[in-house]
Amino acid sequence: MWQLLQIELYKIFRRPRTYIAFGATAALITLMQFGLKVDGQEYADFMLQSLGSFDVQGKLLNGYMVCYILLQLLLVHVPLLVTLIAADMISGEANLGTLRLLLSKPYSRTSIILAKFFATCIYTLLLLIWVAILALFVSIFVFGTGDLFLMKTEYIVLIKQNDVFWRYCCAFGFAFVALITVASVGFFLSAFAENSIGPIVATMSIIILFTVLGTLNLPVFQTINPYLFTTHMVIWKEFFDEKVNVNNEAIAGSIQDMPQIIHSLIILSIYIIGLITATVWVMRKKDILS
Amino acid sequence: MREFEKLKMKYILKALFLLFTIHFSLFTFSQDATELVNKVKDKLDKVNDYTATGILRTDVAFIKAPVSKVIVYYKKPDHFRLQKNGGISILPKGGVSVNMRTVISTNNFTALDAGDAVINNVKTKVIKLLPNDENSDVVLSTLYIDEANLLILKAITTTRENGTYEITMHYGKYSEYGLPGKVVFSFDAKNYKLPKGITLDFDEEKPADMERLKNKKGKVEIDYSSYIINKGVDDSVFK
Amino acid sequence: MQSIVEVKNLSKHYKNISAVDKLSFTVYEGDVYGFLGQNGAGKSTTIRMLLTLIQPTEGSINLFGLKLNAYRKEILQSIGAIIEKPDVYKYLSAYNNLKLFARMSGAHRTEKELLQQLDMVGLKERAHDKVHTFSQGMKQRLGIAIALIHNPRLIILDEPTNGLDPQGIADIRNLILHLSREMKKTLLVSSHLLNEMEQVATRLLIIDKGKKLVEGTTAELFDPSQILIELETLNNAEAFKLITNSNWQSALQPKRNNSLVLKIHRNIIPDFHVWLVQHNIKILSLQSRHSLEDYFLQVTSGEQHVAAFAN
Repeated sequence: MWQLLQIELYKIFRRPRTYIAFGATAALITLMQFGLKVDGQEYADFMLQSLGSFDVQGKLLNGYMVCYILLQLLLVHVPLLVTLIAADMISGEANLGTLRLLLSKPYSRTSIILAKFFATCIYTLLLLIWVAILALFVSIFVFGTGDLFLMKTEYIVLIKQNDVFWRYCCAFGFAFVALITVASVGFFLSAFAENSIGPIVATMSIIILFTVLGTLNLPVFQTINPYLFTTHMVIWKEFFDEKVNVNNEAIAGSIQDMPQIIHSLIILSIYIIGLITATVWVMRKKDILS
Repeated sequence: MREFEKLKMKYILKALFLLFTIHFSLFTFSQDATELVNKVKDKLDKVNDYTATGILRTDVAFIKAPVSKVIVYYKKPDHFRLQKNGGISILPKGGVSVNMRTVISTNNFTALDAGDAVINNVKTKVIKLLPNDENSDVVLSTLYIDEANLLILKAITTTRENGTYEITMHYGKYSEYGLPGKVVFSFDAKNYKLPKGITLDFDEEKPADMERLKNKKGKVEIDYSSYIINKGVDDSVFK
Repeated sequence: MQSIVEVKNLSKHYKNISAVDKLSFTVYEGDVYGFLGQNGAGKSTTIRMLLTLIQPTEGSINLFGLKLNAYRKEILQSIGAIIEKPDVYKYLSAYNNLKLFARMSGAHRTEKELLQQLDMVGLKERAHDKVHTFSQGMKQRLGIAIALIHNPRLIILDEPTNGLDPQGIADIRNLILHLSREMKKTLLVSSHLLNEMEQVATRLLIIDKGKKLVEGTTAELFDPSQILIELETLNNAEAFKLITNSNWQSALQPKRNNSLVLKIHRNIIPDFHVWLVQHNIKILSLQSRHSLEDYFLQVTSGEQHVAAFAN
């Protein structure tokens, strides 16, 4: 298994396509950071307008805030990049013609498929670490640290500077699970196609469709909402919400809705396990005609 | 006379960092009131500057802010700054710092005696202040002054823009300078609702506690632990 | 002789089509086993079933005396294969492809061994070039290097000459002979070209529509008593009349393409020729061919049997 995993990783990181994702992420993040560095104050002022009768003092646009803004944008961007690789893992080999060679080697299909999936996970993890380095550490370097001031739709959360970093660690951990869910969808669809365009487009379409369904406040969709993985992918934000005591003071180190986070992690895990089991099952039965 | 009025108002506002107005028809002009305000002002005038450390507590339903240490800088006549160790602080407008500027821009007020009241078991004189300038943001101010110690225990300000504020002050070892040990700032928190997409939060967020959010009364508290008085404060602090 | 491949009643059915239908054959150690049939006859499906890429509907496959289902890993370790096109990772160099597949096959080869292997197929100079710059022939040679890198007992080549130029085809032919004679490998080679197989195969299997038509050694199949003669004369009708009234009448076969066809033993072709000349038949051409070829062509080109000559 370890041998197969090494081989799969070798293939992933020998491909130029893999680095497009890293390059694209770097470009996007750098661009956003540049924009915020130049015009960020206007953006912050604009945000504060809606606060009306309150006056906010201090460095609003610090590295933590910039990272938060970036992560919300990357929520759309990174799944696409993960999909590019995940949805190509099986179908890409079918398209290349190497799948038949690969599956006629003395390894079980299950171990080959699992090695491919774990390789995808490692790729996703590295991409996420890359994002963390750029979005968090570079932002901290460029904008400095400070308290994290978040305006949610219904309320404002102010998190002390020394209470932020661990929340980002948790959020990135959660994002990893969320991205693996996306990867699993792409991976599963990849088992049915003989070129990667189909599963990539299909995966993105599913993400968009689910997101739209989740956003529409129609009762008919509200019932299925709790079962859509996209609903749970954004729950990383819950790490940036604190509990308050009876005096309405935020409690440092607290998380407002930990059960929600755990619930979402369970749902996402069910998706991952379900999809990967299904992929293995499909591939074990499949006649390789490519 | 006009100069005198101007000067008088300036003193009051400098002392309180507040603006006040009133339906002047209901009250009679009082020389005593003006005198009292002047006395209070004189007492406060002993302080040229200070640097105070304290603890800031925010109790607003829709704000989740931690209790945090703050440093407050003041310098005559109207420089004021609250600093949170490089952090971010959320304060109601017109409350602590912003009103100082308002004070400067409007300086034409009338002081009226509005009787007595008891605040925290202390007998106080109630003084109503109203701006002569019709365009002033402040509509009415009411001061509750402890005549014996020349301390303002409570101030209520109604503004056009920012609603009504109530400031309660508790005095401790710095009372001889007229500096409070604790300031409680109460106000009606306006309904807060952020337009979607402004923070790039595309998803629907459930409020943490709907019941809590219905409470519209807001409160900001500063507990001062120490003052360094008249030791000089660099102007750069206020920039 | 040990059987290397033993297939019994192998079938693969898709909805309405039988890609392979109750096919049985045996490949023995040392064979160059020619697997013949036109495109779509079921050759690739059979080969893919041998490599576990396709699950048979029914039938049994034994390789090296072991059941394929039960000893998949052990069996596949001893097989090297090129299935249809020799597709490899285009973004990797020839060397890296070879190294990767050696590891996949459970063989750890040193750099020297890998380069030797590339040298054997004439790719040493291009070892570190990306495969996407390679010609079809070079890819084919790399495919062969990959198929052989783990020193397999059985080599399966599926249409190895497809898309190659005459030189490439000759190279493949020589390679097959080399593998068989010098390296004592067993080969299963599929093709739709009989003449190609005739030159290298020791045994042949011809299938059509998934069914076995003929199986046997090349010597058996290329039986000298089964030679067909195609005769074209200035006046075929006269020649036909002459032959029907002679002792040669029994050799007469259905006519094809304006030619008379006779089946006679190789040794008496000169006598027949002399007899024709003596009877003043003006010969335009006299061609011989194996009945197997005739048979194969009929099957594979879909030609209809021509009705008995009559006029």
